[in-house]
Amino acid sequence: MYRYDEFDQGFVKARVTEFRDQVERRLAGEITEDQFKPLRLMNGVYLQLHAYMLRVAIPYGTLNSTQLKMLAHIARTYDKGYGHFTTRQNVQFNWPALSDIPAILDELASVEMHALQTSGNCIRNVTADHFAGAAADEIADPRPYAEILRQWSSVHPEFSYLPRKFKIAVTGAERDRAAIQTHDIGLHLKRSAAGELGFAVYVGGGQGRTPMIAKKIRDFLPEQHLLAYATAILRVYNLYGRRDNKYKARIKILVHETGTEELTGWIEKEFEALKDGELTLPDADVQAIKAYFAPPNLPSRPDGDALLREAQADDRNFGAWLRRNVTTHRNPEYAAITIALKGTGEAPGDATAEQMDAIAQIAEEYGANEIRVSHEQNLILPHVARADLKAVYDRLVEFDLHAANAGLITDIISCPGLDYCALATARSISVAQDISHRFASLERQEAVGELKLKISGCINACGHHHVGHIGILGVEKKGSELYQVTLGGSADENTSIGEIVGRGFSAEEIGPAIETIVETYISWRESPEETFLQAYRRLGAAPFKEALYGADAKAA
Amino acid sequence: MKVLTANRLTNGEAVWLAGDHSWAVTLQAAEVALDEATEEKLARAGTAALLKNEVVDVALIDVELDSGALRPVRLRERIRAAGPTNRRDLGKQAELQIAVAA
Repeated sequence: MYRYDEFDQGFVKARVTEFRDQVERRLAGEITEDQFKPLRLMNGVYLQLHAYMLRVAIPYGTLNSTQLKMLAHIARTYDKGYGHFTTRQNVQFNWPALSDIPAILDELASVEMHALQTSGNCIRNVTADHFAGAAADEIADPRPYAEILRQWSSVHPEFSYLPRKFKIAVTGAERDRAAIQTHDIGLHLKRSAAGELGFAVYVGGGQGRTPMIAKKIRDFLPEQHLLAYATAILRVYNLYGRRDNKYKARIKILVHETGTEELTGWIEKEFEALKDGELTLPDADVQAIKAYFAPPNLPSRPDGDALLREAQADDRNFGAWLRRNVTTHRNPEYAAITIALKGTGEAPGDATAEQMDAIAQIAEEYGANEIRVSHEQNLILPHVARADLKAVYDRLVEFDLHAANAGLITDIISCPGLDYCALATARSISVAQDISHRFASLERQEAVGELKLKISGCINACGHHHVGHIGILGVEKKGSELYQVTLGGSADENTSIGEIVGRGFSAEEIGPAIETIVETYISWRESPEETFLQAYRRLGAAPFKEALYGADAKAA
Repeated sequence: MKVLTANRLTNGEAVWLAGDHSWAVTLQAAEVALDEATEEKLARAGTAALLKNEVVDVALIDVELDSGALRPVRLRERIRAAGPTNRRDLGKQAELQIAVAA
């Protein structure tokens, strides 16, 4: 993992000191709320319905066990005993007092963490494949490049006042687990025919009220030009991105209004001026950062398969967990495991301080000290010996962290919604809980198969509903919650935006409607191997409309 | 029928303006405006509290009577007044439960 150098440590500490002074002056009445609000947002502090909310950055979703224990400590000491892992691979605390936040930031700095650039019109936390460095299908680890982008973008003077926020995601495998085509810049790390490392570059993806799939503007950018090309994109965006209307200020609108070809021309022209200049990545620096992400020392554990055969025979639940939550590792004696923060009826992404401590301890004992946060709001142990999987599973059972539902219908992405968020227009956690109860039977979930269900409590789409195989958007209509359903979205290498199926459903109707959609899929699929998404792409919306709205389907 | 609500500056807690000009931690203690003149009085008190840095995000919200108790018209304000609906052990609703149990 990346370790802070003296500059990083000094910079983060200085920012905490500066913010402590700003908070003190605010509480003393020396600065107004209008003056203070942009300052607190730059430090990750929002005001929500019930309290302040602190969003802590987890760069590319990578944590060590000491850091996760610190998050548990903060949850226990300054909050109400839990935290919420987000679709941006960050963590949010829902109840901190403003007067405590400088102390929290001090504690975070002691383990090389901070809340910088988790808000505001700047380059946000760079996200990456949560199986980075472990996945068997990976070309190269995307995290060194995410770290290079983090260093470059941190308080970048030219890009600290962009037209709107800016999100970058990096993946290192053909299978896109980082949803790169829904980001302002998506980078797909790949090798050229000559074996050189570089990136396919996508620009202009995003969700919110105007969902757009990113356009590929470069099939191959050699790795040494990463920062020159990123600077060219940001410079063009900073110059031409709209500032007259915040709803039209993201780069996706610039791409859409300008046209991909013309915009690419502007970017390439800027890149030509920057290319081979001071932004060229020196190979020695790239190698130095890569060294931080060198694979951990994984001792040979050849006894895994025999132990697993025996354990599966004894414990059916363990067998189900192995099928769903264990992912092939580049080292055949190891595995990456998904700890689903999606137990029946739980708020997706929430973890108690005790659960965080337990996962940190398991990572220390069995997981090379590493934990990842996935954008699907789960925690990952990327390096566990197959021979230790049963021991790890048994420990997870103790802390109710053993839901065997990764990739199934109850592995729901959900934003906090109206239960917490000041921007939300409807609840999303309550819908997630209802669906989680309806499909609680693991047999039923497995019979349905892979199905990604995503819920947002407002049009800002933090719950990624546009790219859910089934998406649910909560809005307020005539004073009541109304839920609009989209079908056929996807956030992988074949990204698609879901299509609205028809009129919305009330809070009471939405759960039964989802059951109808799932039963319709089962009755129409060609075989159990045909997934929901494949079936929808073959069938279109008609059978689902018919099932949901009957004779009124055409009107719906 | 309206009441004045805000969040306390120091900890962000949802509060409502009471008849004695203090910021109450429960909706039921709020002073209710039944006419425009009282609404204006509440709004002026809110602006003054904002300037004194007691609270932030001051707003007049619609309420109605439900079995003799004040109830915000919008769900958003009902959740602010009670706490997250998925965590009955947190927020104002938890404090009320503790008070009832005692």
